[in-house]
Amino acid sequence: MSAPAAHHYTTTGLDNRKIAIWAFIGSECMLFISLISTYLIYKGRSIVGPYPHEEWTSPEGRHFEPILDIPVTSASTFVLLMSSLAMVLALAAVQNKNVPKRTTGERIIGSSKLWLWMTAILGTVFLGFQAYEFTSFVHEGLTIRTNLFGSSFFTLTGFHGAHVTAGVIWLLTLLAIDYRRGLGPNDALNVDIAALYWHFVDVVWIVIFTVVYLIQ
Amino acid sequence: MATTAVPTTLSPHATLKPDSNSGVWGWLTTVDHKRIGILYLYTALAFFIIGGLEAVIIRAQLQGPNGTLVSPETYNQLFTMHGTTMVFLAIMPLSAAFFNFLIPLQIGARDVAFPRLNAFSYWVYLFGGIFITVPIFFLVAPNGGWFGYTPLTTKAYSPGINIDFWVIGLQILGVSSLAAAFNFITTIINLRAPGMTLMRMPMFTWMSFVVQFLVILAFPVITIALVFLLFDRFFGTMFYTTAAGADPLLWQHLFWIFGHPEVYILILPAFGLVSEVLPTFSKKPLFGYPVMVYSGILIGVLGFGVWAHHMFAVGMGAIADSVFAVSTMLIAIPTGVKIFNWIGTMAQGQLRFTTAMKFAIGLVALFTIGGISGVMHSSPPADLQQTDSYFIVAHFHYVLFGGSIMGIMAGIYYYFPKMTGRLMNERLGNWHFWLNFIAMNLTFFPMHYSGMLGMPRRVYTYDSGQGWDTFNLISSIGAYMLVAATLIFVYNFFASRKRGEIAGANPWGAGTLEWTIPSPVPEYNFAVLPTVTSRYPLWEGSEKDAESARINSQEGKTAEELGIILPYSTIKPMIVALSMVVMFCGLITTMALTFLGAAIMVVSLYSWLLSPLEPEHH
Amino acid sequence: MAHDPAHPEEPAQEGHVSGEQHHHPTPMTYVKIGALLTVITIWEVWAYYIPSLVASRIFVPMLLILSAFKFIMVVMFYMHLKYDHKLFRVLFTGPLLIAALTGIALLFLFGQLVARFGPS
Repeated sequence: MSAPAAHHYTTTGLDNRKIAIWAFIGSECMLFISLISTYLIYKGRSIVGPYPHEEWTSPEGRHFEPILDIPVTSASTFVLLMSSLAMVLALAAVQNKNVPKRTTGERIIGSSKLWLWMTAILGTVFLGFQAYEFTSFVHEGLTIRTNLFGSSFFTLTGFHGAHVTAGVIWLLTLLAIDYRRGLGPNDALNVDIAALYWHFVDVVWIVIFTVVYLIQ
Repeated sequence: MATTAVPTTLSPHATLKPDSNSGVWGWLTTVDHKRIGILYLYTALAFFIIGGLEAVIIRAQLQGPNGTLVSPETYNQLFTMHGTTMVFLAIMPLSAAFFNFLIPLQIGARDVAFPRLNAFSYWVYLFGGIFITVPIFFLVAPNGGWFGYTPLTTKAYSPGINIDFWVIGLQILGVSSLAAAFNFITTIINLRAPGMTLMRMPMFTWMSFVVQFLVILAFPVITIALVFLLFDRFFGTMFYTTAAGADPLLWQHLFWIFGHPEVYILILPAFGLVSEVLPTFSKKPLFGYPVMVYSGILIGVLGFGVWAHHMFAVGMGAIADSVFAVSTMLIAIPTGVKIFNWIGTMAQGQLRFTTAMKFAIGLVALFTIGGISGVMHSSPPADLQQTDSYFIVAHFHYVLFGGSIMGIMAGIYYYFPKMTGRLMNERLGNWHFWLNFIAMNLTFFPMHYSGMLGMPRRVYTYDSGQGWDTFNLISSIGAYMLVAATLIFVYNFFASRKRGEIAGANPWGAGTLEWTIPSPVPEYNFAVLPTVTSRYPLWEGSEKDAESARINSQEGKTAEELGIILPYSTIKPMIVALSMVVMFCGLITTMALTFLGAAIMVVSLYSWLLSPLEPEHH
Repeated sequence: MAHDPAHPEEPAQEGHVSGEQHHHPTPMTYVKIGALLTVITIWEVWAYYIPSLVASRIFVPMLLILSAFKFIMVVMFYMHLKYDHKLFRVLFTGPLLIAALTGIALLFLFGQLVARFGPS
């Protein structure tokens, strides 16, 4: 993946890797729909709490508030959305690397390193929010084995978080290459593929946020 | 501009080894799709024999009432592993052998889109197959059926290590299939030779194309189902724990959403092979090519809408039952259409009954029988009697053995010369076919009767006096005959490699691109990328087709002479595959192994991704 | 690869690409879309805190439509599907459709989605 693709004949004129990543994204739709469907199937069926949107008192008399924290998750959702914006700007910067930049504004907009860092940092902040959420839930009495909600919630968001983590590692790798030899228009495809993956992971979160957090 | 006539001298050393990189290391580091296809073929045939032996032991146990050959516990492992082996380690990889070997040749490409990923897929299959097969030699093999229904397979009811091997083994194998699917989708979309529009592609490539989409859409679902089971067993989650409110049907739905497309994954490649063989030996193009394409696509799409017909007995309710009954009946239509088109291909053709042709016709006949029993299951009230009885076993063996295996055998006899440069022996092939055909019917036809008379599936023994004894005896005799047939085939395969009649580029007088190049195929496949103007370049081709064929049929040229750059051979895909499997192994042994495997995997993956595929071009 | 200095936002193409349109959103467009996505998210969260809205029958459909809109925005613009070769649209829409239909079917099968035909 490091060297630019040699100019082999292709039927469509498109790069193999771009076709492959879209096929992969299609496949991931099925992966996440299985996880989301299971969450929805088990919604309202946990025998014991804590519950996402309702309070619960355990047989021993312990009281649990609804466990989902909408304000915090709204913030993390915003962070992930902004990371997609950063990613799109990173790709544009790589594509336009050789375009002469006259103003400071143009130089900032056109800095691939800046926007790759922004994407990676925002992604990591999102992960930080997730880690905070997971640990506070555990602290409040909801683990992956507490009830159906816990199992399906942690597995769904955990899988999503794992995808974000892989994406951050991918971004850091791109950054390393950018520092080593610079990323220019010849690398646009590689960055595009990373971007497509990243946006898809964001899009999945849009669905999860609505379906898990907002809809009761 | 080529001016040489078609050469008549053939290589005297026609073997399976192409020009360069011989020896074990050459095979370990190969990224050549032809070699990878051959690796798949050998490995899959080995697993086919293992799965067959498991079946023979089953049949020996059931030969008479109250058999005592194996214990019930062993029996459970035998039928589980027979199913798992045949589906995941034999039939799918046999299809993969053809995907690998054939697709680039049929579309006029030098290799697949991602050669190293291709090698990776094979090695994951090999190591995963070993992982899931070794346990039976220690009698701790998976024992929950090939479909692993919960709650039986949860820790509460299967506390042993058997199911762990199954869950993890299938996850590993899933990675192999998925990686290959992305590879072939990209290859078929993007590496077709100039002029080869989608509607000029050979049928095998078309059916394989549909299959790859089925794989990428179905496998994620079973991946999640298995993740849930893995988490339940290892981390104490509640997905299949009914005491916590879990629904016992969750597994079944998720499994069959995968499982039904899976059976189309198993049959469509065989259909594709038959669609190659029948026209050649009828000396006529395939009848109704566009309809064959559309019916294949329709089967694939509809295949996602029928899954709950495996669950008619669980009590889904009248609406669900009816919807799935209707969709199941509908899917019989495009399937039936194919049968008619094959018959139409043969009608008024100049038929030559080679072994490949016999097996292809065998599929048409036997799959029809299997399809008829299948349609009988599509009615929920009728299925309430048939489900979980030997009637179902009869059905799926007719479509899988009479269908998939017959088609694959046709493909092996047909493409053996292209792979090795030699023909398989037709006399032995004849024996193989007839013994196989008779034995297959002897084994599986009586099961319709024992099933209708109430014999349940998955029983390790049965009492006399229920009317099942004779049928079971006949089945077992048929099974032993199948062993004989298979031995003949194996002998023929290996003897023909060494002493088979030299084949030449196009021994059958076929019409598609793979027959324009020498047998065995040079490392670079095509000296020049062909320009295609028809579906059968060698039969209906224009001057352009003939020109490319003339150039491409020349033998004895090396890639260097032709200025063709080939990818580097590399051990990295194999290392990544091995370390990934080691990582999974750690889940049942020690976590240290998981971390070690993961570490090696990450390092070798980076090494792979950061190294170039092939030498620099100018 | 040469690029036209008069159109600095046009990306340099790698290899030969046929059929790819040459309109290309500017960074400003992307920022505007980002702002739009933020506004919609704020709208969704705001709605969450209005109990009468949450209890009403339009709450769920409204959320689904809003998130579908965000989904389409990201896919069409950020993932460039609107401007790229039609092939990618096909490669994505097919699986998306099958995923959606499968999810809906599962919800029906498990009784989490109920369709009422006439008086119940």
